Amino acid sequence: MNLTIDVTNKENLAYLSLSGEVDAFTAPKLKEALLPLTKEEGQTVEVDLQDVNYMDSTGLGVFISALKSTKEHNSEMRLVHLQERVYRLFKITGLTEIITIDSAVRGEK
Amino acid sequence: MESFDFVEVKVPAKAEYIGVVRLSTSGIANRMGFSFEDIEDLKVAISEAITNAVKHAYEDSGEGEITIGFGVYEDRLEVMVADHGGSFNLGEVKEDIGPYQQDDNIEELREGGFGLFLIDALMDKVEINSKYGVIVLMTKYLHETEVGQNGDQISTTQ
Repeated sequence: MNLTIDVTNKENLAYLSLSGEVDAFTAPKLKEALLPLTKEEGQTVEVDLQDVNYMDSTGLGVFISALKSTKEHNSEMRLVHLQERVYRLFKITGLTEIITIDSAVRGEK
Repeated sequence: MESFDFVEVKVPAKAEYIGVVRLSTSGIANRMGFSFEDIEDLKVAISEAITNAVKHAYEDSGEGEITIGFGVYEDRLEVMVADHGGSFNLGEVKEDIGPYQQDDNIEELREGGFGLFLIDALMDKVEINSKYGVIVLMTKYLHETEVGQNGDQISTTQ
């Protein structure tokens, strides 16, 4: 019941690989890692959620803050490899309309 | 009177215990025969209720306990989450919930407003009592034949 975050940087791409659960306990850690990356102009932040098997509204909240930050700082964010269950929460809340989610390669587990 | 089993779990009002209650929830729901999808829904809904309770406990004093009661019935699971701390303004909370709408401004998006909305979306019935602290009572029915629900999906099992 924890969250592991790996960050790799190459040129204008920051790649975050998440593994574990995003809830009220782990969301602050995610926010701390993700937000500074969105503050660099021209940067694309790609968040890989393939190994995230649980997320709730606290995780959605972090991605909303990050999205706002990308608008402020002229950066971009996209989420990739979402598991079906996690994708569903973005769908129910209408966030699929405003957050770039690469649903074509959604992870199946 | 309808008979049921009752399971009570009490945890400190701290975020690190939310995952512990999720495990208890999936254990109970699994024993009752809920589908994988329903168990995941229950885990999210119950975590949302506890997250709310933890936040309020933290705002008040930073300590306290949260009580979670599971009413295990033949045809449904009732879950009660009680924070015996301060109460919140229910009217205010209700105004704050709902999905994102196309014409909403991104700047105005609520970073923390999806909790109650998700509980409502994922459970069959939700009641909130804020008379003595805040008690959220959620019900999910056990559907034995789920023909309609998955009817629009194409099976890819080989």
